[in-house]
Amino acid sequence: MKKIIEVKNLNLWFGEKHILKNISLDFESNEISAIIGPSGCGKSTLIRTLNRMNDLIPETRITGGVLLDGQDIRQEHDVVTLRTKVGMVFQRPNPFPKSIFENVAYGLRVQGISNRREIADRVENTLKAAALWDEVKGNLNQNAFQLSGGQQQRLCIARALAVKPEVILFDEPCSALDPISTARIEELLLKLKISYTIIIVTHNMQQAARVADKTAFLLMGEMIEVGATSQIFKQPKDKRTEDYITGRFG
Amino acid sequence: MKRNRLLIQKLWFSVLGLSGLIIAIILFALVFFVTTRGFRVINWEFLTAAPKDGMTAGGIFPAIVGTFYLTLLAIAAALPVGVITAIYLNEYADRDSRLVQVSRKAVNALAGIPSVVFGLFGLALFVNFLHFGVSILSGGLTLAIMILPVIIRSSEEALSAVPFSFREASLALGASKWYTIRRAVLPTALPGIFTGAILGIGRVAGETAPIMFTAATFFTGRLPSSIRDEVMALPYHIYGLMTEGTHPEQQAPIAYGTALVLLVLVLGIDLIAIIWRYRSRKMKKW
Repeated sequence: MKKIIEVKNLNLWFGEKHILKNISLDFESNEISAIIGPSGCGKSTLIRTLNRMNDLIPETRITGGVLLDGQDIRQEHDVVTLRTKVGMVFQRPNPFPKSIFENVAYGLRVQGISNRREIADRVENTLKAAALWDEVKGNLNQNAFQLSGGQQQRLCIARALAVKPEVILFDEPCSALDPISTARIEELLLKLKISYTIIIVTHNMQQAARVADKTAFLLMGEMIEVGATSQIFKQPKDKRTEDYITGRFG
Repeated sequence: MKRNRLLIQKLWFSVLGLSGLIIAIILFALVFFVTTRGFRVINWEFLTAAPKDGMTAGGIFPAIVGTFYLTLLAIAAALPVGVITAIYLNEYADRDSRLVQVSRKAVNALAGIPSVVFGLFGLALFVNFLHFGVSILSGGLTLAIMILPVIIRSSEEALSAVPFSFREASLALGASKWYTIRRAVLPTALPGIFTGAILGIGRVAGETAPIMFTAATFFTGRLPSSIRDEVMALPYHIYGLMTEGTHPEQQAPIAYGTALVLLVLVLGIDLIAIIWRYRSRKMKKW
């Protein structure tokens, strides 16, 4: 396993509020890493630092560093290439009000690809990889909002896959979905880790236990514990981790 | 005690219902009066010929054409400027900056200025200072300035109604801010922007004061051949028929006929906007 993302002594403030406190954490390639913790612990903020989505929020201050392939994401990568290497799937399915085809093609067009044949091929392959092709192949020109919530979320995954990222960040991707759709997404995550590195934020501990190789527990902006998922859930070293996973708070 | 309260509630409900009814009655009465007094003069010649016999006969075709050109120029000038301003205010500018606050206040103040003042301003700036003369160009630009606030406001509303999640999704795919605005935000906001533009057209078509010093003439036998020509226009034609000329009793029915044409045009344009808005709301699923 090779380290693909290294977070080193990361601190983040929104205005006066200290959100992330001295976090150091590595993410290895072709693994699923889960970040768990109660609401407001900073887990979404943490992964949004990895593709610099926090840049959109004014008065954000960051110290420490994040390295992608050994290079600092703030100094050595421009934000555009960073975000093509580190894709993101959001909490609620957020397809564009365009056709299914155009949703997947969007990132390709951003990159300036205009060859129709190439776009069509990549859309098809990506939809297959996101396990959506069989359901939509007959109506690629249909508006994406006609799809069910679970299908929309898989479309958003396809949209992120289309630009061939190295890492995909999932920010509570199943929180708006029913159990069957959730199971399909989880199945897909396990398939995707063969080719991608996956980092998933979830407040659902069972989900972390089901899919993740590694789990990190965050509490009030501090990283309490990180380790193999089985170790975190069976023999947590920290009392607070144990209290959280056994449901004593959170 | 309890019966009393119910009674008061009923009373107030009837007051509210009545005020709604009054509006409907006013609209109905207006349409009714204009129609009954105007419809008799309307025929094919009225819509397709020029006035003749000292404004007592003939049609209003030059005025229809003039209003069409003025409206077209006004919207062509105001829409791009308005949309770009709205994009700047809503997407780029720092909300708390002095410039944005001043611009917003200016837009609101502009919306409250009486239209005759726009007319005088157009006369001073376009007709005299820039030497455009009394022309479609001067009148169209004056109207454009007048509807700019309407277009800016409706465009801003349409832009801010686009969910943040669309912008987020686009940026997360490596798109620049400008690409995101062009490809993810604007297409979504377009129906709202166009609705505002169409309502602006309806307003422009009916304005008299801004064009009376800048573009309109009471009578011209020929159609405009360039943007520098003066034109007849429907609202100004009505004004002229009722205040100038030598045969008021023959001119009045023509004025009502012209008013009817103008009314049908403006209400028709508003109807298009309403239908468009209704349809795009039905398609909206976010």
